Amino acid sequence: MAEPHGSTALSASERTAVLEVRDLTSSYGPVRALDGVTLRAETGRITAVLGANGAGKTTLLRTISGLVRCERGQVLLDGEDITRAPVESMVTKGMAHVPEGRGVIAELTVEENLRVGALFRGKVGREEFDRVYDLFPRLTERRGQPAHVLSGGERQMLVIGRALLARPRILLLDEPSLGLAPRIVAQIFGLVRRLVDAEGLSVLLVEQNARSALTVADTGIVLNLGRVVAAEDARTLLADEGLRHAYLGF
Amino acid sequence: MTDPRTAPAGTDVDAAPVLATAAANAPSAQAGAGRRSFLPRSTLLRHLILLVVGAVLAVALLELTDPFTNSQLAQVAYYAIAAGGLTVLTGLNGQISLGHGALMAVGAYTTALFLQADEPWPLPLIFLVSIAVTAVVGAIVGVAAARLHGPYLAGATLALAVGLPGLALYFRDTLGGEQGLRVRAPRPPDWFREAISTLSGGSGSTTKWLAYVGAFWLLIAFFLLANLARSRIGRTWRAVRDQEVAAELAGISLAPWRVLAFVVSAACAGLGGAVLAVVVRLAAPSAFTLVLSLALLTAIVIGGLGSLFGALIGSAILVFLPPWVTDLGTSAGLNGTKAAQLAPFVYGAVLVLAMIFAPAGIVGTLRLRLLGLRARRAARAGGG
Amino acid sequence: MRQFVNVTLNGLTQGMIFAAFALALVLIWRSTRIVNFAQGAMAAATSFIALALIHSGQSYWVALVVALASGLVLGAVVERVVIRPVEGGPELNAVIVTLGLFVAIEALIAIIAGSSFQSFPAPFGLQGFSVGDGRIALTPNGLFIIGSVLVTMLLLVGLFRFTRLGLAMRASAFGQEVARLLGVRVGRMLTLGWALAAVVGSLAGLLIAGGGLVHPAYMDSIIVYGFVAAVLGGLDSPIGSVVGGLILGLLLSYVSGYVPRGSGLVNLAALVILVVVLLVRPGGLFSSTTSRRA
Repeated sequence: MAEPHGSTALSASERTAVLEVRDLTSSYGPVRALDGVTLRAETGRITAVLGANGAGKTTLLRTISGLVRCERGQVLLDGEDITRAPVESMVTKGMAHVPEGRGVIAELTVEENLRVGALFRGKVGREEFDRVYDLFPRLTERRGQPAHVLSGGERQMLVIGRALLARPRILLLDEPSLGLAPRIVAQIFGLVRRLVDAEGLSVLLVEQNARSALTVADTGIVLNLGRVVAAEDARTLLADEGLRHAYLGF
Repeated sequence: MTDPRTAPAGTDVDAAPVLATAAANAPSAQAGAGRRSFLPRSTLLRHLILLVVGAVLAVALLELTDPFTNSQLAQVAYYAIAAGGLTVLTGLNGQISLGHGALMAVGAYTTALFLQADEPWPLPLIFLVSIAVTAVVGAIVGVAAARLHGPYLAGATLALAVGLPGLALYFRDTLGGEQGLRVRAPRPPDWFREAISTLSGGSGSTTKWLAYVGAFWLLIAFFLLANLARSRIGRTWRAVRDQEVAAELAGISLAPWRVLAFVVSAACAGLGGAVLAVVVRLAAPSAFTLVLSLALLTAIVIGGLGSLFGALIGSAILVFLPPWVTDLGTSAGLNGTKAAQLAPFVYGAVLVLAMIFAPAGIVGTLRLRLLGLRARRAARAGGG
Repeated sequence: MRQFVNVTLNGLTQGMIFAAFALALVLIWRSTRIVNFAQGAMAAATSFIALALIHSGQSYWVALVVALASGLVLGAVVERVVIRPVEGGPELNAVIVTLGLFVAIEALIAIIAGSSFQSFPAPFGLQGFSVGDGRIALTPNGLFIIGSVLVTMLLLVGLFRFTRLGLAMRASAFGQEVARLLGVRVGRMLTLGWALAAVVGSLAGLLIAGGGLVHPAYMDSIIVYGFVAAVLGGLDSPIGSVVGGLILGLLLSYVSGYVPRGSGLVNLAALVILVVVLLVRPGGLFSSTTSRRA
């Protein structure tokens, strides 16, 4: 879709891809979880990855961040090939992955959880922590408490805040809405949207709750049985009833 | 996401097997699955045939070897009986025990005590009593152990192994203290002597008689264990081991099954200890140290957890390896006592290496290879 | 009264050693979820290294430092080479590996240094302090034991609570995968955990050896006591291991002192205590997080 001549807006093909995945294939034993997945996550956009349970969404994120080894394919971060890069190096390269289940370290306090997020950076100023607490006031009250007392929504805030302390270029979010009330989900999605718009953060958002995800995302990619079956503008996906019924459950 | 390494092998026979776990040797792994076999389908019949074959082999082995080897084979017998029970406990039911040496002690001391009588009961009866007593002790330990897992269970049974022999020292008068109890080995009956001289012209010495006793009880024990392993009980044990949550949801209460497994393995240990008492003619605390429990563990790990045949192989290694290794040591210049330590060093090293490279043990690794070969052949035949 | 004081003091001194060993077990458990049954053998090995140095003329303190340093190296090597391959797998495999190490290391010590009992010097006096008209069961060496364990404990608490390294180690222990995603070099933290634990274990081995006899299997019962102490305090709690060690030391001392012919029953008493704890409160006295089924 070419923009009108003279416009300063970039067309979809010209917008840079902060993350690119090419022909990614990985398996769990005899089960093929990802089958030649190719997609792009554009800079400064929210790219939602959708699909039914078992479609391969979580495996996709885990393969991208290196927790799962892929058999074939490439992962490029701002053009750099990170396919075989060790998991621990991902944050230094600017990719923060908030895993399925949130990944709160329950035995550590809220403050300690945040500090772990900034460990790899060395000395981090107090103001950066304060900024996270400003973003999530609920966490301030619970600062010194062990993380296992947090509610689901508070945990989600904690892990996003922790990921932000890594100052990532791209944030991988795995099912943040899981188990949360719609009101909290809206809060969190709204916050993510604001971060993207205000700071140019890029987000790859895996979600089962396709309807909510598509209201906040820019692009939607649909997976089914480890393959990409659709990659469209979010609004287009919302409008395509056939696709929605077939793969997204609404 | 299930880690392939923790997935119990043997549940999916036709798929290419994934990495081995130490507890991967469910005997039913090869049952059915359309493989051609020389043995009949019925489990009981198959085991009976194996029993007869085993008996013939045992007789042949005992008649063809010299008295010293006979006594070594008797050793293999009593280790194998205990190891068989242990491999069922650990391999099928997933419970690790470092205390089976102490359970053997219970069987040994019971036998020794009963043989002290002037007119002792017939040997089989004494053995049955020893089995029963050890089974009761096993039930008590099993109840305590039923709720424990992994390292907690290992630590608790370790404490048992270290603590129980202390009882022999405390009850110095009845149990003989440090010296232990001497055992009057029963003399071979006349019918035995006649049978041996008819069979091979040899004399039916006490040593040979005891070796036969050991072999007899080994065959019986293994026959019963093998049938148990393939029965509904065995399947439930495996279910309890592998899929605890699923088993509980299916209405299987875990604890009684775990206790049962413990009791069965304790009974075997008791029988092994009873045979040990008559073969060695002594029941003393020094024979039942932690080293014995670890030796049993080594035997079943090397052989392959869950495999009775593996327990036998492991026990044979346990008996025949040390003298060989010690000889190597003395010829390499080590003095006697130091050379004797080479055997435990080899055990320990083998345990470590086995867990890192071949956790399924000898039998298990062979079985996995076989399964893999078969799966590839089937894939080639079916696909194209 | 005097007997009570003596039995109690004896129990406290012994208990401190159990506490040190339990601490080593807890450190490894927290980081890798493995109980290192080889800890005693590893400690015995470093004690024998110290003994060799002492026999060749070095002072106790040089030997001590070398022993602790070799413990550090030994722990790191064991984790990296032997334990790493079995770390993520079934529990059973790891248990068997540490047992195999236990047997192999002890046999190796016997092959190299012989199985006979050898005396090991103590750094401080072994005569009880005189109080009033007699002596109490507290010796200068005993004070050294208590002091060194307390100092070690404080250093470890300081490390874990107040340093970034300690935070990284705790994150690696409690949330391995998440820690990796956050850039923590988890592998290195685990190796460090084992190395530190081995140092503490070596200290325990030296403290027991001082003033007594050593032979390759001299740490065997300590494994049991240390394990019971660790379980009593809670396998996840370093403070628990110290408290557990003290309680166990006292209880066993009372059994030995007050039960007729009780010294033979000490091992059995430890077993009973273990079983009671595991059945009544499997997480130990200081169980904070919900422990998995014991």
